[in-house]
Amino acid sequence: MSNVPAELIYAKSHEWLKVEAGLGTVGITDHAQHELTDVVFVELPQVGRVVKAGEACAVVESVKTASDIYSPVSGEVVKVNPAVVDNPALVNTEPYAGGWLFQIRLSAAAEVGNLLKADAYAAQIAGA
Amino acid sequence: MMRRTPLFAAHQRLGGKVIEFGGWEMPVHYTSIIDEHQAVRSAAGIFDISHMGEVLVSGPAAARFLNQTLTNDIRKLQVGTGQYTLMCQPDGGVIDDLYAYQLEPETYLLIINASRIEPDWAWLHSQAQAFTTPDQLQLKNVSDAMGAVAIQGPKTVEFIHTCFSKPSTGGWSADSPTALAKNQVAQFSFQGKPVWVSRTGYTGEDGFEVVCDAGLIEAVWEDVLAKGRAHGLKPAGLGARDTLRTEVCYPLYGHELNENTTPIEAGVGFFVALDKGEFTGRSRLAQQKEQGAPKKLVAFKLTEKGAPPRPGYAIWSAGPNPEKIGEVCSGTQSPSLGIGIGMGFVTPAQAKAQTPIQIEARGKKCAAVVVAKPIYRKAN
Repeated sequence: MSNVPAELIYAKSHEWLKVEAGLGTVGITDHAQHELTDVVFVELPQVGRVVKAGEACAVVESVKTASDIYSPVSGEVVKVNPAVVDNPALVNTEPYAGGWLFQIRLSAAAEVGNLLKADAYAAQIAGA
Repeated sequence: MMRRTPLFAAHQRLGGKVIEFGGWEMPVHYTSIIDEHQAVRSAAGIFDISHMGEVLVSGPAAARFLNQTLTNDIRKLQVGTGQYTLMCQPDGGVIDDLYAYQLEPETYLLIINASRIEPDWAWLHSQAQAFTTPDQLQLKNVSDAMGAVAIQGPKTVEFIHTCFSKPSTGGWSADSPTALAKNQVAQFSFQGKPVWVSRTGYTGEDGFEVVCDAGLIEAVWEDVLAKGRAHGLKPAGLGARDTLRTEVCYPLYGHELNENTTPIEAGVGFFVALDKGEFTGRSRLAQQKEQGAPKKLVAFKLTEKGAPPRPGYAIWSAGPNPEKIGEVCSGTQSPSLGIGIGMGFVTPAQAKAQTPIQIEARGKKCAAVVVAKPIYRKAN
């Protein structure tokens, strides 16, 4: 059974978001890393890039395929995680900790309301 | 309508992740591609290859028919041996690549690609109708009636002989499967029923392929798994099959081979016997062998950290004014080497080993180098 931490919020496209003081940290869920299997390459957005909610702005690649990662919210990318570029397997081993991908300064905080709470996301992946 | 092999239930029991492949629902992996890849390189893996097609060609004119229809020289075979060969259009374009086994003096078994069963059968049928002595020839498409598995990896020889009764009852005369040499095939008995076992594979490792009645294949799969587990045998999916074959540069139909590509261009000219007499596609292939082909399949590996190459990515020349010189047809992150590898067609001038090239992924060019095939070679 996939781990779905209660304190995070989720996009239908399997990204998680943690918002603290107007900054959102984004990664992919345990369910997503399990579906992708061994992550071998990660491409992150440029710091300073302005993205819209739902915009593809990172790529996570397994042996088999490349998957786009969508920003759950709009804003400016203020920080990326160089550790996952050096060690892509972190996305598999620590999807909610060392495997985070990028941080965004939210430009429309109300968008958070469009995302899923943990129980709703857990229900989505249980039905998948 | 998606098709399933007789092992579909077995894949589900093992928790295999099922994907669509050429119209078939097949397991891409059970645990992970890298895990299964390493199992095959270091111990053993068993693959379901029941989706592949089987055609029996028999009769007094079978050999003559096959020598006109396929590129390799069928006369090099004897009972109990097989060869890699190709089937071409008159213009040399590849209809399929396949294995041909001589099971009996006048009976041949063709193992063809799953995605090519219908076009192959249509082509063989039309060639047979145009054949000079059709009454001396029988063709039978037994693809739906047969199941097949491949057991691959260095530890396979430790347990494969315990799965089948000895000695062989047809094909090569052998005391046990482990007595077979590369490309030999023999009939053994499994639970009192006949199975064909060949020493062949698609991974670059030592291994065997087993073909038998579809109704028997699940019992074979379960028995081999049970006896091989203690030797490190794991079920392996199509994902590992693809990374394993890419590392050793075996072509895959639809990637390196298609109807617009000749065997010479794809680097498998060794399996084109120009000296055997007339066969379909011969004149074009002879011309290309003599004068050179317009494109050439090369293997490459990235020389800097970059996105794994994927089919369709552009290949560029290196240097200050890069030009597009070709396209990737297979690519992946090599589990054995830990870097991006692949194969692609380029212009002949750029095809020499050590030629620096670039692979473009999502608008970014990454440095790579043309390497000799295979990309991965087992350390002895």
